[in-house]
Amino acid sequence: MGEGPGQPRLKLRGIHKTYSALVANDRIDLDVMPSSIHAVLGENGAGKSTLMKIIYGVTEADAGTMFWNGAPQPHLSPARARQLGIGMVFQHFSLFPALTVLENILLFAPKGATREELRSTLKTVSAEYGIPVNPDDVVGRLGMGERQRVEIVRCLLQKPKLLILDEPTSVLTPQAAEDLFVMLRRLAANGCSILYISHKLHEVRELCHTATVLKAGRVVATVDPREESEDALARHMLGSMVPAIRHDAAHAGAERMSVLALSRDSEVAGGVGLDDVNLAVRCGEIFGIAGIAGNGQAELLEALSGEWVGAPAECVCLDGAPMGRAGVRARRRAGLVYVPEERLGRGSVPGMPLRRNSLLTTGFANFFRGGLIRQGPVDAFTRRCIEEFDVRPADGTANADALSGGNLQKFIVGRELLQSPKAVIAAQPTWGLDVGAARAIRQLLVDLREDGVAILVVSEDLDELFAICDQIAVLANGCLSEAKSASSTSVEEIGRLMSGRPVAGVGSPLQGGACADQA
Amino acid sequence: MAEADFFIFIAVATLTAATPLLLAALGELVSERSGVLNLGVEGMMLVGASTGFAVAAGSQSLALAVLAAIAAGAVLSLLFGFLTLTCMANQVATGLALTIFGTGVSAYIGSGYTGSALEVAGPAGIAYLSEIPVLGPLMFSLEPLTYFAFLMLAGVWWFLQRSRAGLTLRAVGDAPEAAHANGLNVLRVRYLAVMFGGAMAGAGGAFLSVFYTPVWVENMTAGRGWIAIALVVFAAWKPTRVLFGALLFGGVTIVQFQVQGINLGIPTQFLSMLPYAATIVVLVVISSDRIKIGLSTPASLGVPFRR
Repeated sequence: MGEGPGQPRLKLRGIHKTYSALVANDRIDLDVMPSSIHAVLGENGAGKSTLMKIIYGVTEADAGTMFWNGAPQPHLSPARARQLGIGMVFQHFSLFPALTVLENILLFAPKGATREELRSTLKTVSAEYGIPVNPDDVVGRLGMGERQRVEIVRCLLQKPKLLILDEPTSVLTPQAAEDLFVMLRRLAANGCSILYISHKLHEVRELCHTATVLKAGRVVATVDPREESEDALARHMLGSMVPAIRHDAAHAGAERMSVLALSRDSEVAGGVGLDDVNLAVRCGEIFGIAGIAGNGQAELLEALSGEWVGAPAECVCLDGAPMGRAGVRARRRAGLVYVPEERLGRGSVPGMPLRRNSLLTTGFANFFRGGLIRQGPVDAFTRRCIEEFDVRPADGTANADALSGGNLQKFIVGRELLQSPKAVIAAQPTWGLDVGAARAIRQLLVDLREDGVAILVVSEDLDELFAICDQIAVLANGCLSEAKSASSTSVEEIGRLMSGRPVAGVGSPLQGGACADQA
Repeated sequence: MAEADFFIFIAVATLTAATPLLLAALGELVSERSGVLNLGVEGMMLVGASTGFAVAAGSQSLALAVLAAIAAGAVLSLLFGFLTLTCMANQVATGLALTIFGTGVSAYIGSGYTGSALEVAGPAGIAYLSEIPVLGPLMFSLEPLTYFAFLMLAGVWWFLQRSRAGLTLRAVGDAPEAAHANGLNVLRVRYLAVMFGGAMAGAGGAFLSVFYTPVWVENMTAGRGWIAIALVVFAAWKPTRVLFGALLFGGVTIVQFQVQGINLGIPTQFLSMLPYAATIVVLVVISSDRIKIGLSTPASLGVPFRR
């Protein structure tokens, strides 16, 4: 049972897991060697997260065996996995927001550990790996990058032999991701194996020694990512090439939507308010707002959509008319449509069929007579939306929550676009979508721009913003940076602004003080 | 001297009147911190009250009566736990049903005792110490359950803030999925918390029927179970603030009794309403900061946990 040199630390054989009709993991084999950084690569829904949950004992496999240093592990639970030396940094649900950093760590420390002992161990470990954490911060008030550091430190305190990271960079700025990579390399050099789950090809090529590619629950390839091109990896992952987005030079016209000196407090616990935000979106232009969620994005979107009307009327203008005090309906009547981030619950009513969801934001006069719904025109509209925007299943009676994220998003975007808007606000329009659906949505937005519509996109995905936007500004800590034309700026520059650091690259992330980016 | 005596009397009476609320609210606080909203406090208090009264009348042992009431409350909460935790029934509906059920059960248990009184001596006080002027009556001549309630207050505070088990309980209430993913037993923690809530509600009920007004009357809790639930929410799930709310309720109760005695021509029904209204109003005002309340609310409150 020893750790022989050729012995995989973790060996999976024939792991199989189904959720009712869906096969999440189809007889998966996987070997992870000591000191290796091993990528598990795949699209959303390829079965990566399920596999990791099985390894960590959160979910039980229907069939198959897991070996740890050669010994089979039949009844695995998270507690047992931790005993073996498996640590996991989850993508969601792992820290307790209402507790302090120290309390979060104390919860999983060995019995008998005192607060004071842990405090000093924490100090040692965070110094050793260069991960700064303050033990007395309440986790709910930390930024996502800081939370992730807490999770990693918590795992490291248990001296893991295998560390699993699930999409760790999805919440990080590019610079913070670089810091993470440095730390992971150091860990691997010390003998820890790392399972790195991602769908970002460039990261895997930069960081990992081995990559196992999953597609629809199966292992389709095991490769050395350093030897493969991104295209080759993408072909494994997707099975086909994804065409690039067509994007011609902008011919922007008059100013359509503007925000002037908008300041406000957040209305949610731990939220970030806005501090003197100014922006202008012209006709035929896509204006991108980059930044990690929780830096005032929700507050800005509320103020733009009309869900929040606490600002002076002149703060938000549409075609020069002050709309700051106008509610959602008035703004929609003026030609502003909004595609919210939450597809279920905000963009649609989950438990209602599409033909009812058609009515959610549309106000066409022929839909109603005498206060009653005329189902004929509504159904015709729904059919048109489904056909023009390729929504599947092509069935207006399917409930919104029965559709996949991509198809529901196509329906929501289609419903808004069919109202011939003058201005569109889209929040995280392709969040969680697979490459094909994301591309379709982005192409719709670009096409709309050609028709002279003003479009504002709020997104965390820099690749997306650089693919479709004409202007990009960064919202960090409630402050919006000056807009730059997409062709004259770079991912690195935007990334630095996202972390709230001045462009020179000094100062601490997320705590760089208000508006450090404008200093 | 007479004035000083009067104030001491008011203070002692206030502490006594606050006791049942403090007990029930502390129990509910622990239950809610684990993420379980049990609206059956009123029912559990009533069953505790009738059980306690019946056992006291039968055995003449007050200690036995209190223990029986605690057990009765715990058993009732176990039923609630089974329905909401194991069967994942809706907590609000089940809690309301529990109150209705408990009201009926307590009327049944107490049916033979309606209007009868217990022969209970007032608190004996602690020898010598209770004779110290001012401090003596205030600190050493209270009902044993009042001391118990304050002990529990300190205990609950220490448990939640300092102990590892309390940390686990808060974690479960804050993010049950994360707790489960990290290997904590969510259902076991919640069962224990719910049963603690039931036991404390039972004790609060027994205090009312056995010590406070040792006469059995149907519905004798008179809505204190509901006030206890409100206290927990408005106290932002903090034990010390629960004490403040309970004392406020107790104080207004006692003062309005005095006013009723003086007979100022104010309808007694109006005066009887005052403690309830005053408690709610004051607590609403001090808890009006939405952001602060939002941060202290157990994030999973009322949401069933599915593995």
